Amino acid sequence: MAGRRMMLAAIVVLGVGTYLMRLGGVLLRERIELSDNLQRLLPMAATALLTALAATSTLMAGSGFAGVARPAGVMVGALLAWRKAPFVVVVVAAAAAAALLRLAGID
Amino acid sequence: MRTIQRTLLRDAAAIAAAMVAVGASFGAIAIAYGLPVWVPFLMSTVVFAGGAQFLAVGLLAAGPVAAVLAGLLLNARHLPFGMAIGSSMGTSWRDRLIGSHLMTDEVVAFTLAEQDPVQRRRTYWLIGVTLFTSWNLGTALGVLLGTAVGDYETLGLDAAFPAALIALILPSLRDRTTRLAALTGAAVAVAVTPWLPAGLPVLCALLGLFTLLRPDSPDSPDRSYYVESPDYVESPDRADHPDRPDHPDRPDHPDRPDRPIHPFRTRKAAG
Repeated sequence: MAGRRMMLAAIVVLGVGTYLMRLGGVLLRERIELSDNLQRLLPMAATALLTALAATSTLMAGSGFAGVARPAGVMVGALLAWRKAPFVVVVVAAAAAAALLRLAGID
Repeated sequence: MRTIQRTLLRDAAAIAAAMVAVGASFGAIAIAYGLPVWVPFLMSTVVFAGGAQFLAVGLLAAGPVAAVLAGLLLNARHLPFGMAIGSSMGTSWRDRLIGSHLMTDEVVAFTLAEQDPVQRRRTYWLIGVTLFTSWNLGTALGVLLGTAVGDYETLGLDAAFPAALIALILPSLRDRTTRLAALTGAAVAVAVTPWLPAGLPVLCALLGLFTLLRPDSPDSPDRSYYVESPDYVESPDRADHPDRPDHPDRPDHPDRPDRPIHPFRTRKAAG
């Protein structure tokens, strides 16, 4: 295992790097004169990233497929969200569906 | 506005509860990996990014350099996130310096779902502070209870977070152009996941924006901007308003292009 000081340095570098990327985007937006079209494009880019994050974390575990329980749970949640169910219901139903499937031995 | 606030509080409580549970499993896993007790605490306060923290815990024992590189790659999406939400957290330096640290996927999704700038700022801080608190509370619980904390997959929490994200981005997906770009990007990300290191597939989703280049898309930004954007119509003092005598879109303007400016296309002169 890596030494104590090495681990401390790794966590701090990861933290500072992550922070600089967070702040960097915010400051870039302020500094650069953005065309109207680009301003329209940025929320689309963010939505594309979030959609991809939702899709990959639904379907994939590492480099393989996530199995049945998780995608099924997310589907239940997505369906409820589409039917305009309250956010709490979406979150709880998705978790409950996946948990129940696993309890039944379906992973 | 009271009901909006109440809904927001309820949504914040829902995601906070899920966050405590995932944070607890993070704390417990870090201890199970044999890492010192201060490691999960330091990560949850200094890094504050769930995915990167789980990834780093797995790699830290083997090699700190790999843990840092993988974590940074996974978090690279925060740069475009920051550009998309800009100073939603406020424009003062204090707001931006502290607020940026609270930026997570969920905060971005919640904030983008709001239209009104005042409401956006309130949402950003409420969700940001709530998540930071619940994540660190969860981490502490996990470290204290150790392996007594069940696997969060048993509780189905691995399905709760993607579902929460979907609920938050669904309103943005009602716009056809955004939907096509986002779904194409998501398909690309899923397709390349088996071959690329964590973090890169999600960034590949930006390739979905190339769907905006479809020549005859009725929703491509060059046209919909002029047709739909209400602030374009309602602010005659804007420099690019067509009522201004020097505006190139005026029928009598000598350089009138047949299309407005598009970031990916050069303008064509009508003749």
